[in-house]
Amino acid sequence: MLKNFTHGTIERNVILLAVLSLITVSIGGLAQIVPLFTVESTIERVQGVRPYTPLELMGRNIYVREGCYVCHSQMVRPFRDEAERYGHYSLAAESMYDHPFQWGSKRTGPDLARVGGRYSDDWHAAHLRDPRALVPGSVMPPYAFLDRPLDYRNIEQHLRALRALGVPYTDEMVANARADLEAQARPDRDAAGFQSRYARARQAAFDGNPAVVTEMDALVAYLQMLGTLVDFRDVTPAQLRQQ
Amino acid sequence: MPTKIEKDSLSGQNTTGHEWDGLKELNTPLPKWWLYTFYATVLFSLVWVVLYPALPITGATGLTGWTARGALPAQLEQSRARMEPMLARIRAATPEQIAADPELRAFAMAGGRVAFANNCAGCHGAGGQGAAGGFPSLADDDWIYGGSFEAIHHTISHGVRAGESDEERGIAMPAYLATQMLTLAQINDVAEHVLSLTDRATDRAAAQRGAELFAENCASCHGERGEGNRDMGAPRLNDRIWLYGGDKASIVRSISYSRAGVMPSWRGRLDPATINMLTVYVHALGGGE
Repeated sequence: MLKNFTHGTIERNVILLAVLSLITVSIGGLAQIVPLFTVESTIERVQGVRPYTPLELMGRNIYVREGCYVCHSQMVRPFRDEAERYGHYSLAAESMYDHPFQWGSKRTGPDLARVGGRYSDDWHAAHLRDPRALVPGSVMPPYAFLDRPLDYRNIEQHLRALRALGVPYTDEMVANARADLEAQARPDRDAAGFQSRYARARQAAFDGNPAVVTEMDALVAYLQMLGTLVDFRDVTPAQLRQQ
Repeated sequence: MPTKIEKDSLSGQNTTGHEWDGLKELNTPLPKWWLYTFYATVLFSLVWVVLYPALPITGATGLTGWTARGALPAQLEQSRARMEPMLARIRAATPEQIAADPELRAFAMAGGRVAFANNCAGCHGAGGQGAAGGFPSLADDDWIYGGSFEAIHHTISHGVRAGESDEERGIAMPAYLATQMLTLAQINDVAEHVLSLTDRATDRAAAQRGAELFAENCASCHGERGEGNRDMGAPRLNDRIWLYGGDKASIVRSISYSRAGVMPSWRGRLDPATINMLTVYVHALGGGE
């Protein structure tokens, strides 16, 4: 029996080849799929992580659309050099509402997982318009065209789609998505409802012009909240343990 | 397909036994050293998978119990402990005392350079030269909030208009057009007057008219002759150094809509020793007082 179980035999028997191929592929598949069953237990029990505000979400979409992830990772790894440079290592909990996550491993530019609050809004807008005006050696392309009005006609659908994937957007959040988006980009708007729905969300004229909601507003709002939701001064080692 | 393994007379190797239209293929085996190295790596990977975090069944850690997250605190602690004798002295001293002590100063300049490159250079430039559009130079002696050790330390610690500290540099100039405190014509006159402070006015009559408006609206912070006021963070207007541009259009825009640059408070982000080192480093960039 085993004497006939040779390369030649398998190659000549299409059923046998199919069955053995399936088994081989399954092993590779299991190695990728089984860890997903433990995903719930990898999310640390930390406080503060909330779904993106509508404006931040649109900014995230622009981040993905422009391929920022090609050069920027969003994953501070648990190594000393990274902790010294960027801050606390990234947690699974911090990207649990990301679909898809932006971890990445390619760093032509710096990691952005904790970029929020490190620079001013003015700096982000000026740097996106002309990176080399502020960082002479930068190889980042200019994104001055982001100063155009943001198209957010379908913002409610964006929230609904993410809710279908498990992001806890409430009916109230979906119903107020448009108003919340405008309130965040315009400091003159009343933001009481907006801030009760999205804890610690910041209201500002992110691109310096409060009159029009631009793509620049959305992207800067997104960049300015990255890595700021968890307050690591309150986090205990027990909360960081992955079960 | 007929299979007939033959020995090739030229190379001395066997053929695979396959034949396509008269073409035959040599079955040259992999070099022995390569093959055994390959088997060795397979065996090594099996051991590795069991010892280190790979399989979710063992609580996501291997038999050794090692994780990158678990190992990090010890690594941080080790490097911190190596520097701690110096850091403790830096923490206990004022920036002024650090700068006066050659040993502490050398350490603070090295540590300050690293912290500056990582945290400050994005806005203020790699050498503290600043950038057009509201990013002040730290290498000249034209300070907005003062260039003493104490003033620099305060600005780094509490930031500027970031809303992160109660002691921040929080005063902002009014937007004279947006709040309708002045008309566009009046703003034009004030701008001409501001230009006249550096002898650049193009319309003497307008500059004359603007002088009174300047005295009423601007002089309380910027000074009667535009000499600035560091307590208010009001920049000097009678020199050639401009944060947002000194041409008339930029000045009109500044008066109309105000400028309110923001700098984060670094107290929650950097430890006290690092802020002390940064103070000493920034003070030494060229403009320290």
